[in-house]
Amino acid sequence: MNLWIWLVIACVLAYAWKLVGYFVPAKFLEDPRTSRVAGTMTIGLLASLTVVNAVVSGQGLAADARLGALAAGAIALVFRAPFLMVVIAGAGTAALLRALGWN
Amino acid sequence: MKLLASPAVRVGISISIATGLYGVSFGALAVTSGLNFWQTMALSLLLFSGGSQFAFIGVVAGGGSGLAAMSAATLLGMRNGIYGMQLNALLRPTGWRKYVGAQLTIDESTATSTGQTDPAEQRRGFWTAGIGVYVLWNLFTAVGALAGSGLGDPKQWGLDGAAVAAFLALLWPRLKGREPIAIAAVCAVATVVAVPFVPAGVPILVAAVVAALVGWFSHGRRDEGLEPDVEPYGTHGHLHGHHQAQGQHPGPNGHGEVERREGADTEEAGG
Repeated sequence: MNLWIWLVIACVLAYAWKLVGYFVPAKFLEDPRTSRVAGTMTIGLLASLTVVNAVVSGQGLAADARLGALAAGAIALVFRAPFLMVVIAGAGTAALLRALGWN
Repeated sequence: MKLLASPAVRVGISISIATGLYGVSFGALAVTSGLNFWQTMALSLLLFSGGSQFAFIGVVAGGGSGLAAMSAATLLGMRNGIYGMQLNALLRPTGWRKYVGAQLTIDESTATSTGQTDPAEQRRGFWTAGIGVYVLWNLFTAVGALAGSGLGDPKQWGLDGAAVAAFLALLWPRLKGREPIAIAAVCAVATVVAVPFVPAGVPILVAAVVAALVGWFSHGRRDEGLEPDVEPYGTHGHLHGHHQAQGQHPGPNGHGEVERREGADTEEAGG
């Protein structure tokens, strides 16, 4: 139940961000730093989420099959595979490595 | 079908299919992260912003709190406010269209619209991509959620590896040039350093603060990081084709259009 509350707040705030652009006079958002921060934060958050999902386990670090998924995803991206193929490459590699005994 | 002769509509439809399809991976990962079917659907129907949705379930999957999940999703949603500002200046929606258009304001609809030069095409591109992605994303989220809940042990299927690859794929198109790569590297290091000292989920927020400080105090491209997950206008080399892609890039084009349209508007008001 607790998760529902945070989920609904996240939905409301996501819509609020979107509305802000349409209703706040453009001059408030024209400061180039505003869009710089939005952009650098997007990069930073996605990089952080990648790392957390690849090597973090609880409050420690772990080298497991997820590292293989990271490498497979990167290789798929270098070859310009579409998003879904990248995801499948990641899943397949992690599953294969686990089947081979590397957790 | 006259509408299909419009290049913006055709681009909008193809981006809708490409983006909608990866809703399958979101749906499957969401239920294996511990969300139930309706929580998963609520994120796609109401939050509707791929990066933020993946962030929310990514934090939950790592054992983070609801507060941390909400914070990561919300910080990642800031760029939609910038897109809203660009689209408001570009399309000048009125009445209910503002409220509906706001919900459809995401990377893909913005990129499809700002990649066009004719105002009518910009409008068609936005609505086609916005509505198309919304419908297909939700449909495929449901498919993924239903399939994911029947999978049993998600690790056996490598679904945690799927999440890693998904975040890397969301990050990848934004790594054009040295600066974004440096920002990504610094934030990755900040995350790893923070892990032992703060609760799960919080290292992601630490990285967000580091990235915000970099953006605030450094000077660089104004539209850094504001690239769509799926580039609607043709293929480009992710790391090498930047110059080639620049003419069609949503950022610079969008800003150029904003200024031009504002000038046009003053004239209209005068006449």
